[in-house]
Amino acid sequence: MSIPLFVGDAYLVAWLPEFWFGVVVFTLAMYVFLDGFDFGIGIVYPLARDEHERETLLAAFGPVWKANEVWLVGFGTILLGAFPPVYARLLSEHYLLAIAIVLALLFRGVSVKLREERDDEAWVRTCDRAFVAGSVISPFLIGTLVGSWVFASGTASVPALATGVLLVALSATSGTAYLGMKTRGDLRDRIADYGRLAGTIYLGAVVLVLGVLLALDVRGLRALVFTPGVLVPVVATVGFGIATVALASRRAYREWLAATAGLSVSLVGLVAALLYPTIYPAAELTVREAVVSPIPLNLLTVLGLPVLLLVVGYFLYLYRVFEGPVDVEEDEGGYGVGDD
Amino acid sequence: MIGGVITSLVADLTAIAAPTVLSGGPELLSRIQFAWTITIHIVFASLSVGLAPLIVYFTYRDVKTGSERYAQLRDFWVKVFALGFVMGTATGIPMSFQFGTNFPIFAEFAGELIGGPLAFEAKMAFFLEAVFLGVLLFGRERVSDRMYLASSVLVAIGAWLSAFWIIVVNAWMQTPQGFDLAGDVATMTDPIAAIVTPRLAWMYVHMQLSAVIAVALLVAGVGAYLLWKHDGNDAWRTAVTIALVLLVISAPVQALQGDAYAKHVEDTQPAKFAAMEAHYETDEGVALHVIAFPKTLEGFTDPRAENLYTLSVPMLVSYMLEGDPGAEVIGLNEFEHTPPVAIVFWSFRAMVGLGVWFVFLGLWGAYRRYQGRLSESDRLLKALMLSTPLGFLAMIAGWYTTEVGRQPWMVQDELLVGESVSPVLTGWEAMLSVAAFVAVFGGLFLIALYAFRRMVAAESRRLSEAEEPQPPEPAGPSPGSPTPEGGDP
Repeated sequence: MSIPLFVGDAYLVAWLPEFWFGVVVFTLAMYVFLDGFDFGIGIVYPLARDEHERETLLAAFGPVWKANEVWLVGFGTILLGAFPPVYARLLSEHYLLAIAIVLALLFRGVSVKLREERDDEAWVRTCDRAFVAGSVISPFLIGTLVGSWVFASGTASVPALATGVLLVALSATSGTAYLGMKTRGDLRDRIADYGRLAGTIYLGAVVLVLGVLLALDVRGLRALVFTPGVLVPVVATVGFGIATVALASRRAYREWLAATAGLSVSLVGLVAALLYPTIYPAAELTVREAVVSPIPLNLLTVLGLPVLLLVVGYFLYLYRVFEGPVDVEEDEGGYGVGDD
Repeated sequence: MIGGVITSLVADLTAIAAPTVLSGGPELLSRIQFAWTITIHIVFASLSVGLAPLIVYFTYRDVKTGSERYAQLRDFWVKVFALGFVMGTATGIPMSFQFGTNFPIFAEFAGELIGGPLAFEAKMAFFLEAVFLGVLLFGRERVSDRMYLASSVLVAIGAWLSAFWIIVVNAWMQTPQGFDLAGDVATMTDPIAAIVTPRLAWMYVHMQLSAVIAVALLVAGVGAYLLWKHDGNDAWRTAVTIALVLLVISAPVQALQGDAYAKHVEDTQPAKFAAMEAHYETDEGVALHVIAFPKTLEGFTDPRAENLYTLSVPMLVSYMLEGDPGAEVIGLNEFEHTPPVAIVFWSFRAMVGLGVWFVFLGLWGAYRRYQGRLSESDRLLKALMLSTPLGFLAMIAGWYTTEVGRQPWMVQDELLVGESVSPVLTGWEAMLSVAAFVAVFGGLFLIALYAFRRMVAAESRRLSEAEEPQPPEPAGPSPGSPTPEGGDP
């Protein structure tokens, strides 16, 4: 027995491999933005002045971080499902880095949960430190991996490490912007100031990465930087960066958050522009060479794509349920709920 | 203190194991790493699978009847579920990534077959579970009763779908089909055959039942402890009753299904079955070894030792398989590649032995409950308490049987584990990551146990306070005396 859709050896549409390259990039952008602001909350967490402020920050990301983190698994498994050689090479050729990423994510995730399990001061401080360390190290290592992938430069190279710094700055920017929507009063005011600083650092990091690329002429990019495909996302990300600084100064919280989403999208767009038409530059592997054969990709499209749209739908629902500033005092549970 | 114990334990284990392990190189280290991480992860994952339907039930009864006891039970078990889910997520992310880091040749070889199901797991199941768990944990005040109940159902569907797609991948590795071998890569030719493999239904039913049994024993064990300490607590009597009903139905069904499943294994993976029975020479009228030990001391360190002392029931294996005591059964010596017999043989026996105990425990408990003498029977309560972790142990033993039994194949008869391991992985890199995973996952597991014990202790304190609104001895302030609840004036 077979279904007509799955016989024969043609993709449903001729550009299906490129489309799935786009889906991979999309899941990466979702991850960079959504878990990015989780990391950002962890990055500014040491700046909280007292236990009440700390709990407010934790309550801001409590209901959503697990769901956000799943986008990384979504990215990984879609990469495996559509481009298995890329998945295999990306992880095996960056072995220690990949292991370090999953461990850093693990510390970030469990520390918040474990913090609630005991009341004594030393335990809570240890968990806090693990949370902050995990939140800084995770985006740095993920950025390093992405940099090493895109620039085919090896793990401990300047372009890879600069990309790591860039992702930490990006996370801090979106984290503060998200907190702008979730806090109020004096804390919110200070967060906006941190946000302005984070946006400025982000712009500095963009300049750093561009400078490194031009100076080292990685993958012959010196010639490519001024082609429209690369220039547009670069200009966009700088533009959004300037916008975040301005909007944070003017306390336009909603627009500020939207601008940081633009940062993530433009940056991942840049990743796509630098990769395509290859998808694994170190092996000079192109999208067409790495993609799975028609039947599994058609299956992934027919079964998986509607579900992906559904996922986006219930993410919107999740954020609607928990929209508005968190107010820790109103709830005796202390972690997560409170009326607007 | 725990940290110190772990450190010294790890140091001891390293000293003993290092020479053997290093000589096995990246392959053995990768196998140890995957085995260790999946062993820890599966406990948390099956906790979600088993608890999810119970939480739906408690939420349903709470929303429908407004009964205090179900809200109480839901609040307690949702906390356990949340702990399990965070641990499950944290320990689960390294799992699929290890296909890339440690077994990239497998990921390339089988990507077309396993990549889709893994992506479906993330998109259909994992997201669903994670998003609506957020609502379940933090949204009680923010959504309607109906939406809250729906969230618990969606979390449960997520947990069960998640297990389904993972089992699709594993079942394909046991009984692969629906592909063509072109060069180094398996190309999918028939998606339905590739997803619905001969093993799928057997394995999914067996795994889900084992998760239900494990959680039933967990709930019964905790409930028995609280009943024993707080005689006559209504909520926890209800919990134990529900757990016993689950157990008395699922344990016998599991035993019958498992018996049929073993016959299917004999049909499809005869080498694994022969290892489960330590059966070496193809023969008629094959005896069932209840126990088997090597005759020589050296045999103990050889997982494939053949010369055995056995305590056996004549012709039972043949009879159980074919209904004919003279039936022929294929032995291990027919195969070029065979699994390490001792591990498969003993983990199979551990699983079956525990399964028999669960059937007995279910019948005993249900009978006592039927008599209305649940909390009077100290012996039953103690047996339930001692059996708290046994369901998880049986499940792990079952997975060792099936996964070690597949060795040395990664994909049965198609790809060896040795061929799947990363060619660029060095022994020291692998050693480093194994050490990190052993320490971190081991530490997490102990912390989770500790947190769980604290939850039970807190629940016990809460029950004491509810029972005795006034301290019995008014004289003298005792530090541990419960404060009266300010609920009713």
